[in-house]
Amino acid sequence: MKSAKLRRVSWLSWIVIVVGAIYFLAPLVGTFEYSLTALRDQYSFAAYERAFADPRFVQSFGYSMLLALATIVCSILLIVPTAYWVHLYVPQIRPLVEGITLLPFVVPAIVLVFGFIKIYSRPLEIMNIPLVPPLLSTIESTNIVLIAGYTVLSLPYMYRAVDNGLRAIDVRRLTEAAQSLGAGWGTILFRIILPNLRTALLSGALLTFAIVVGELTLATFLGIPAFGPYLQQLGQHKAYEPAALAIVSFLLTWVALVLISIVTRGNAGSAAGSH
Amino acid sequence: MGFLDLENIQKKFATSTAVENFNLSVERGEFVSFLGPSGCGKTTTLRMIAGFELPTAGIIRLEGVDISNRPPNKRNVGMVFQSYALFPNMTVADNIAFGLQVSGKSKEQKSKRVEEMLRLIHLPQLGARYPYQLSGGQQQRVALARALAIQPQVLLLDEPLSALDAKIRVSLRHEIRSIQQHLGITTIYVTHDQEEAMSLSDRIVVMSEGRMEQVGTPFEIYNFPRTQFVASFVGTLNQLQARVLDPAGGKLELEGQTVHIAKAIDKMAGETVAVALRPEMIGLDDGGEEQLSGTVEDSTFLGSIVRTRLRLRDSVISFDVFNNPNLSLPRRDDKITVKFPRDAVLILQSSGAIHAGTE
Ligand SMILES: Nc1ncnc2c1ncn2[C@@H]1O[C@H](COP(=O)(O)OP(=O)(O)OP(=O)(O)O)[C@@H](O)[C@H]1O
Ligand SMILES: [Mg+2]
Repeated sequence: MKSAKLRRVSWLSWIVIVVGAIYFLAPLVGTFEYSLTALRDQYSFAAYERAFADPRFVQSFGYSMLLALATIVCSILLIVPTAYWVHLYVPQIRPLVEGITLLPFVVPAIVLVFGFIKIYSRPLEIMNIPLVPPLLSTIESTNIVLIAGYTVLSLPYMYRAVDNGLRAIDVRRLTEAAQSLGAGWGTILFRIILPNLRTALLSGALLTFAIVVGELTLATFLGIPAFGPYLQQLGQHKAYEPAALAIVSFLLTWVALVLISIVTRGNAGSAAGSH
Repeated sequence: MGFLDLENIQKKFATSTAVENFNLSVERGEFVSFLGPSGCGKTTTLRMIAGFELPTAGIIRLEGVDISNRPPNKRNVGMVFQSYALFPNMTVADNIAFGLQVSGKSKEQKSKRVEEMLRLIHLPQLGARYPYQLSGGQQQRVALARALAIQPQVLLLDEPLSALDAKIRVSLRHEIRSIQQHLGITTIYVTHDQEEAMSLSDRIVVMSEGRMEQVGTPFEIYNFPRTQFVASFVGTLNQLQARVLDPAGGKLELEGQTVHIAKAIDKMAGETVAVALRPEMIGLDDGGEEQLSGTVEDSTFLGSIVRTRLRLRDSVISFDVFNNPNLSLPRRDDKITVKFPRDAVLILQSSGAIHAGTE
């Protein structure tokens, strides 16, 4: 009786898993299948060959990967100390911080980018004295604005991941233990907190990477030759190549993430086994 | 002035006062326990010594130096937490070496000290393990080693054994004491378990509602509780209300009967005082020159002893007699008289601030 019930539950969960898998995999499989049909009546990698032949593909994808890495670093440097501080000293404002980090879901990227354009096309001035030249006047400084924008877009994912990671360890006790052993804030953050957040940061980085590499709105309106705008342009006058590139970028993103996780596997053991 | 001095320490939180009028002077190498019920301010006091909380008022001196406002990482105070708080990302050896690493010790110094510490806690083989691969008792021993590795001036332990099961609790408590004595390290130990405090400490500070109730050796605390609170928290004493008849002669009226105590009473005639009656000094026939009569409520056979509860008038006292086959045991509703010496009766003060360190 009981086992029958259990079995039904596990059947149900299998059904959910299968439906979920189909939901996620079907478009991928469909796109892949489609990308193979560039030549009439046969499967081939012709679309891939043509796509790779375009140097702008490697350029824009590499560019986006760099942007993604920069965004991840900025995001971690911004969020880990903040979330740590909130956990330790002002846990009561956690809902507020969480609310702020959810703003990118409320304010569309298009609004954000027009805000950027409005503010940073002009020099930054205080009382009519220009202090900083307009950031959007050169491509280098436009990158700064773009990375800042991407950092904002990554907030909900990164904050959530870090917050969960911090909840999984006893932040306060670990901090105090380290303090009583003579450690200062830098040591505590880099030797205790960050290593114990490894899994959390990895999942945050994963999502950030995926968002940045595929992002279209910010890059387009700020005029940055990133992968998103390239793919979009391509899609306007080609049929099969964008599908091929979507698959390739998907795989490359995964490769990049595996690399990140290997590189950061500093200490075995990690937080996975804590408590 | 002692090795560690707490002078008039007070700690207020936004809505409450956690510690008040706390005065304590700890000698070098002394083992002092803070004992008291939940919420009485033990942890708060300990955390002020560690530097995790700053006192609202008062001074903390370590070897004569005022450390009241020093950050915790500049105090050279070792801390052991109830939850172990080992760094999950580091091996046992790295955990123990952490403090040495922070202070920039060489590799040789670190590994030598780590080995020494692992031997001290009887876990020489486990240096390469991660905390999650250890039992609770082992984790706490590693936490102790980690705190001791930096050779702190004072060792602070906040209920270090509360998360462990009873058997390990007892054995680890002996180990903590023997390590403490071996190193001669000045130690403050927070607990709400009176047995733990009694068996470990050189001196006990009994606390209640943020105040010190009594400071003394376990012997003093157990045998001569000064206040009603200490008597009820620590011992198994019978507590009663009495009326003073003759202060100078130590004469009291206890539930309609008259008893004498060994000392003069610091009260006026007619005043009501709280007294304690020591159960182990009460006997059936040969207890002493004082006596009380009452009705037996019940008598419970507990193996080597028999515990009897005797109703006087309004209150019930309980006392134990050793089991003896030749003895006729009191039975329910028997009218009996028990005897005890004059020093079996203690006058208790109502709770309040005391000036410690001098007692
Ligand atoms: N950070 C804080 N903010 C406000 N009040 C606090 C804070 N820390 C402790 N208190 C209050 O101070 C009082 C003493 O707390 P403390 O933790 O020192 O008690 P304790 O004796 O260690 O109790 P326990 O045996 O339960 O650990 C309690 O009433 C508690 O609510
Ligand atoms: Mg406590």
